[in-house]
Parts: sequence; structure tokens; C-alpha cells
Amino acid sequence: MNRNLRIKWAVIFAILLICIYGIIGLPKSWNDVSANWRQNIKLGLDLRGGSHLVLQVQVQDAFKAEADQAIERLKEDLRKAGVDYSAMDRNDPQSLAEADQIQINVKGVPVDKAGALRTVLTERHPNWILTAVNSTDYRLSLRPTEALSLRRDTVTRSIHTIENRINGLGLAEAGVRQRGRSEAEAEILVEMPGVDDPARVKQILQTAALLEICEVKDGPFASRDSALAKHGGVLPLNTRLVRMGARGGQDAAESWYLLTRTAVVTGRDLRNARAGRDEFQRWETEFTLNQDGARRFGRFTEANIGNRLAVVLDNQIRSVATIQNRIEDNGRITGQNNEQEAGDLSLVLRAGSLPAGIVYMEERTVGPSLGADSIRAGLISGLIGVGAVILVMLVYYKRAGVNATVALVLNTILLIAALSYIGAVLTLPGIAGIILMIGMAVDSNVLIFERIREELRAGKAVISAVHTGFSRAFLTIIDTHVTTVVSCAFLFMFGTTAVKGFAVTLVIGLIANVFTAVFVSRAIFDWEFSRQQQVTSLSI
Amino acid sequence: MQIFGNTNFDFMGKKWLSIGASLVLTVAGLASLWMKGGPAYGIDFKGGTLMYVKFSGRPPVEKIRSAISARIPGEVSVQEITGTEEVIIGTELKDEKTLDVHRRLLIETLGATFGVAGGKPDLNNLGALVIADRLRDPLQRGGVPMSDQQLQDVAKALVQFRDTPPRSGLVRSFGELSGVPGVSAGVLGVVKQEFALFPYAIRNVEIVGPKVGSELRNQAILATLYALGGMLVYIAFRFEWVYGLGAVIAVLHDTIITVGLFSIFNKELSLTVVAAILTLVGYSMNDTIVVFDRMRENLRILRREKLESLMNISINQTLSRTVLTSGLTLLTALALWLFGGPVLNTFSLALVIGIVIGTYSSVFIASPIVLFWSNFLEGRRMGRSRASAAPAPAEGVRKSSKAVK
Repeated sequence: MNRNLRIKWAVIFAILLICIYGIIGLPKSWNDVSANWRQNIKLGLDLRGGSHLVLQVQVQDAFKAEADQAIERLKEDLRKAGVDYSAMDRNDPQSLAEADQIQINVKGVPVDKAGALRTVLTERHPNWILTAVNSTDYRLSLRPTEALSLRRDTVTRSIHTIENRINGLGLAEAGVRQRGRSEAEAEILVEMPGVDDPARVKQILQTAALLEICEVKDGPFASRDSALAKHGGVLPLNTRLVRMGARGGQDAAESWYLLTRTAVVTGRDLRNARAGRDEFQRWETEFTLNQDGARRFGRFTEANIGNRLAVVLDNQIRSVATIQNRIEDNGRITGQNNEQEAGDLSLVLRAGSLPAGIVYMEERTVGPSLGADSIRAGLISGLIGVGAVILVMLVYYKRAGVNATVALVLNTILLIAALSYIGAVLTLPGIAGIILMIGMAVDSNVLIFERIREELRAGKAVISAVHTGFSRAFLTIIDTHVTTVVSCAFLFMFGTTAVKGFAVTLVIGLIANVFTAVFVSRAIFDWEFSRQQQVTSLSI
Repeated sequence: MQIFGNTNFDFMGKKWLSIGASLVLTVAGLASLWMKGGPAYGIDFKGGTLMYVKFSGRPPVEKIRSAISARIPGEVSVQEITGTEEVIIGTELKDEKTLDVHRRLLIETLGATFGVAGGKPDLNNLGALVIADRLRDPLQRGGVPMSDQQLQDVAKALVQFRDTPPRSGLVRSFGELSGVPGVSAGVLGVVKQEFALFPYAIRNVEIVGPKVGSELRNQAILATLYALGGMLVYIAFRFEWVYGLGAVIAVLHDTIITVGLFSIFNKELSLTVVAAILTLVGYSMNDTIVVFDRMRENLRILRREKLESLMNISINQTLSRTVLTSGLTLLTALALWLFGGPVLNTFSLALVIGIVIGTYSSVFIASPIVLFWSNFLEGRRMGRSRASAAPAPAEGVRKSSKAVK
């Protein structure tokens, strides 16, 4: 064997070793082999079982909240600047597309105060653009850069909160990421291997978990109307009416309370929350406040002994209590039905509240039994398909068929190792991709061998025929592989995870094929020739 | 062993026959599409709910359909998967807000219609954690004490036993469970007491909102068009633009016939089917390129031949390779179709159809188009300069391919 050939074989063996290491590591026993294998090859949801959810963040909620806050501050600012107005409100965008069209309308500003209004806006609310509708009415709209930034921010915070909740559930292998190519897309993909009943998870993810503790100004009222009637049809400044749902067993009806609009403490001031039992062994969620929140709460409770407090969760009052003495840093939300409910609530409180609502757009759940069946079907069809291919190659090309088979086996090993190294996920279409790739990969060998046969038929000497075969076929091999790779690139751009798995395995397999069909096959031929003194015939 | 030695079939001579056959197939496919109002979109593209349920025994399709139609509005389809005791239940979904509702309704209806009365939870459709939770107290009371770790292990073993073949998610009787590690007679007694075994198991649920569905549809069409465009550019660059045109028309022909056949056989288009079609776009190009490659080579060597006979020669020379490769790839696709299981069924069918038609089109569609164009060019030249001697045929096509090496 000459030096060149030795180097070639050294390279081939080195690559083979690297691949085997990538697949099964350095096993010390048979158990190690299968354990490492399972760790290195990541199975997709459709093979392991699990759930996949696509949620859409309703960014318009965040835009509405932003506008509400702006209105509150603007009212304060205008009062200080002495600018009167007859009405101030905002519009109500209902969908993502309409979110950017959020507007605040200010009506009835006297003409001589127009300048003052503009000054207030430029100084205190630079994010909003003022346009005059007529001499006394104005419209504020959000600056486009600000709108984009708010959109992006809302999605990022939602992803963060959802990640926290998923972690809180102990789903270590779950993945949360933004779906969609542009930054304005508001879709989030959540993948949870091993979860075959996503109902509980969906519930937890969807809760806004907005906790507020507010002072109770008046109540209980039997309905909104009776509350309004008592106050002459208009709510006092800085208050809102909030409903308290019926707690089964006690009162059958709901009741309404008049609360302050701004909360004393919110979910953001929580340090911790957990499930616990009260003195009657009923489940409740206990929470503790952080230092800043505890200070505020302490001051408030101290100054308001005898008044009432309401615990509001997601805009519904959970409980109302009278302040007996100064409370520093803990409280509780009562009325949970069981441990799981109390635990789930403490989880979402710890994880933080969602800045906007979410709507489920897509849900796929594969039970583990189907996953196991799929793997089995994939393996069986793979063995049969590949077996048939190898058989035909051996019969048709005789000894050269062995050559092709070796190249094919190495190709597959390379592919699986590559998948393991880049952490790609193996899906059911991915297995189909491997099987299909083997059928396509053998094409390279066929191209080369047919060329060699032609040259032999034309009377060329064996070594020269082999040489010509490889060089003539090389360009054609590149051409054919490029076209399939290009179409797979488009697949990768648009498909779901399962389809992406298919594209990835096919592409990697074909790239590896160029190496094995050309370099390795050639090396095998060369090695055969080096063993003979004079090469007169070729089994092909 | 050689199947095709030195063959000399007159492929180009038969071109009208083959073009006719293609036209018949294409028209049949398009007619079917038109009559059925478009292709049969799967839930990936039109939104909906799909639930794969396995029954112990022959699934009562009609009973399922009527029970579900009574509770869920819109179109309800119940399809049996041939050769198994499974059905695929499909419902329409008009609005994202009902995403959850349908799922819950389906599960409730199945439980109400086929479940075992008595209020006990169903062992066939629960996860390991819930099973462990439910068994904890009764095991203590039943005198079978266990550490928490042992309890979790037993629950996991039960679930694993249930989910592997041949049970595949459905345990038919409690007796089957006695072989599971960790399940002693005492444990089995408690299990029997706490759980029921419903005669069905839900294996897979897919719910796609209509917005996502239509987005995916648009993306699929765009991706296919881009892929075709990309191919055209690549081949025009490597060969000559008319070769690119021939190849693209051939692949377009393959795609239309495949979708048409799917419509005729009432098969649904899902994402994976579109993936198969895109793969075929690339694969069909392969054959076409191999033939064109050989033609380019022969154009340099055999300068005196007419284009038509040159094409014949090139195709005959590559016939061995074409038949063998297509045959081998077809073998793997057939293996996938026959043994790959119900989830991959339409995907592998698309591959099988596509490979057959793709090979055929490389020979009988792509080359004739190039031939027609060169004949057209030749006709124009002959018309313009009558006085000069007959020029070497196909010169227009020849010249430019010499420039591209």
C-alpha cells in the first residue's frame, strides 16, 4: 500500500471513530451503550410521545394597558397644568392587527389651552403623537417605533413568564421559543416531551395571574347597577367596581365591591407563594411579600385598621377581610378546592403574571404508545428497504456491490453521528428521510459503476476505467445532490418540527454521501488493486 | 449481470404517445380536482381536530359517528385504519376559541358512549403521575405499604407495559397486568378496585386552528414555487435556459399529476405530503440532470448527429442507471408505504407515485421540450435563409452548451 493510500485509510478510520464516539460515547458495558445512545440521539415528540402547543400572544391587551396607564398620568398632568377637557378615553382594538391602531381621544379642550396641551405632551408623554381632530378635540396615537418595541417586549416577557411556569411544573425537557420569522410575530411554540395530557398545562399557561390587593371603599352590592345608584350614577375618582364570584355553599349570588383603582401591593411584590392548609384543613395559597412590598403593606395596614382589604386575582375578588392590625409580609388566598389547585396558583404567582392574554392556535399530542409503534414501524420498513437495496446491489454489481454496501453503511453512520453532534431531533419523517436517503445515496455508486462498465466495454484497462468512471461521474453527482439539497432548504424554511427533521436528515445524508461514494469507494477500489500484482479484471 | 446492455430504443419517436398519455392523466387529475372543489386538505391546511383512537375489537364506526355528531356541530368524519382496530375521528374547527372545547367534548363523548360505568378513572388513558397519586392512599389502606419511590416505579412500569407493543396503549383485562414488575397480587387487587379499563385508548390528538391552517397552506404553495424557481435558475446556469425550462415543466407535470391522483383516490394533503412533493421536485431533477449531462457530453463528441437521434442515444446510454436508481429508490419508498405505519401512509404514497412519474417525465417530457424548442429555432432559421445549405441541426442549442463547460 503506498503512502497516499495509507493516509486515505487513516482519515477514513479516524472519521469512523469520531462518529462512533458521537453515537455511543465511550461505553464500559452493554448497558452503557444503550444509555449513551438514548442520550445522544434526541427523539422528537412524535416518537417519544408528548405535546406541542402554539400560542398567540394577544399583544393588543398590552397596548390597551399602556394606553390606560397613559390616560391616568395624563389626567394628573393636565390637572396640574390647568388644562380642562370634557372627556378622555381610548379605543378598543380587538386583534393583533389592530393593536397598533390604539388611540387616546381627548375632547373638549378649550382653544386657548391648545399650547399648554402640546407642552404637556412633548414633555411628559413623548411616546405619543398628537393630532388635532378639530379646534377642541385631539387624538393621540402611539409612535411606530414605540409600538414595535412594545410588541416585541410583550412577546419576550410572555415567553419568559411561560418558561418560568413550565419550569415550575418540573418539565425539564420542555422547550419554549418564539415561532415565526419576523420580530413582529407573536406566536410562541411550547414543546413538552412526555406530557400526554396537556389540559393542566394549558390551564396554567393561560392564567393571567394578575394579583392585586386593594382597599375596599364600599360594598357589598348585589349588582353593578345598585352600586352605581348609590353613588349617583358615577363612580368616585380613582375607583372601580369589581365582581366577587359566588362561593358555592355560602351565598349563591355574586356580589360587587367598590375598590380603589390602584393596588396597594401587586403580584410583582411577591417573594414567594406556596400551598398550605388553613385552620379548618381547607387548602389555600399562602404568599410572602418582598421587602419593599412588605414596607408598603405594613404602612397601609397600620393606617387603615378597621377598613377592609380585597384580594383580587385576574380581576375577580377572591376574598375580602377587615384589617385587624398591622400586617407586614404575608397573606393568603383562600377557597381552593384541592392541593393541586392551591399548588398551581402558587406556581403561577411565583412565575409572574402575563403581560397579555394568550390564545391557543394549535395543539398536537402524541401518546407514547403511538410513538413506540412509530419507531417500530420505521425500523422494520427501514430494514426491509435497505436490505432490498443491498441485495440488488450485490446481485447486480457482484464484488463492487460489496464496495457500495460498505460506503452505504459508513454513510448512515456518518449521518447518525452528525445528528447527534448538532443535537438535531429525530422525528418520524426523519426516519423516513434516512431510508429515502439510502435509496438516493446508492445512485452515486450506480452512476460511477455504470460509467466504469462503459469504459470497460469500450476496451479500456481496468485501472484507467475506474479512474475515468470516478472523474466523469463526479460532476453529475454534485449536480444531482445540489438540486435535492436546494429543495430541502425550502422545506426547512417553512415546515413544522417534524418536517424540518426530514429535511435535516436528508441534507446531511446527501452531503455525507458525496464523501462516502467518491472518497471511500475510491479508497476501497485502490486498496483492492494494491493487493494484486497486476490488475486484469474487475468484478463489477 | 446487465439488464440494459447496448439498447437502442427510439424514445423520441414515441414522444407523441407519451405526451398523449401524460395529457390524459393530467386532465383526469385536474377534472377530479375541479369536481371535488380543490384538493382534499388535511387538518394541517384547513384546521380541525383529529383524534386517533384504538379500540379493543372492531371499532363501531357508525355508533361513534352518531354519538359525536350529536354533540359537536359541523362535519364529523370517522375513518377506520385498515388492518388495525383504530379509527381516526375528525371534526371541523371554525374558530380558535373552540380548540379546547372540541377536545374535551370528544373525550367526554367517548367516555359516555363506550366507557365503563361506575365513576372509576380509566387506566388506559392516564399518565404515570396521576396513577401513582391515585394509588397512594388505597395501597396504604389495603395493607400494601410502599415507599414513594417504589410507587412511582410501579406506576411507570404499568404505563410502560401498557404502551409497548403488542398492547400499544390498550390493556384489555386486569389479568394482563400481573406480569408487570412490582405488581404483586396485593397491588393488583388495589388497582382493580381503584381503576376501570375502558375499551379504547386515545393515541394521538392533533388540533389545528383555522388561522394556522391557512398560513401553512400559503407557506406550502410559496415554498413549492420558490423551489421550482431555484431549480430553474440552477439548471439554466449549469446548462442552458431551455433545458431549465424543460426540466421545470417536467417537474410541474409531476406535481400536478401527483396532486391529481391524490384527489382521484381521495387521499388527504397534509404537511408531510407537501414535504414529500418538495422532495420529489428535487429528486425528479436528478434524473433529468443525468440525461442532460449525457446529452451535453454527446453534443461535443457526436457533432454530426441530429438532435433527435442524439437525445435517443443519450437516453439509451443512461437507461441502465436510470432504471436501476429509480428502482432502488422505489424499493425503499415501497417499503415505507407497506410497512411504515399509518402516520406515514400518505407521505410514502406520494413518494411512490412521484418517483414513478418523475422518472417517466425525465425521459418523455423534459427532452421533447428541448427538442421542440430547437426544432422551432431551426424552423425560423430555415425560413430566413433559404439560399444557404442546410446548417448543422440544433445549432442554436449546441452553440450555447459549448460555451458552458
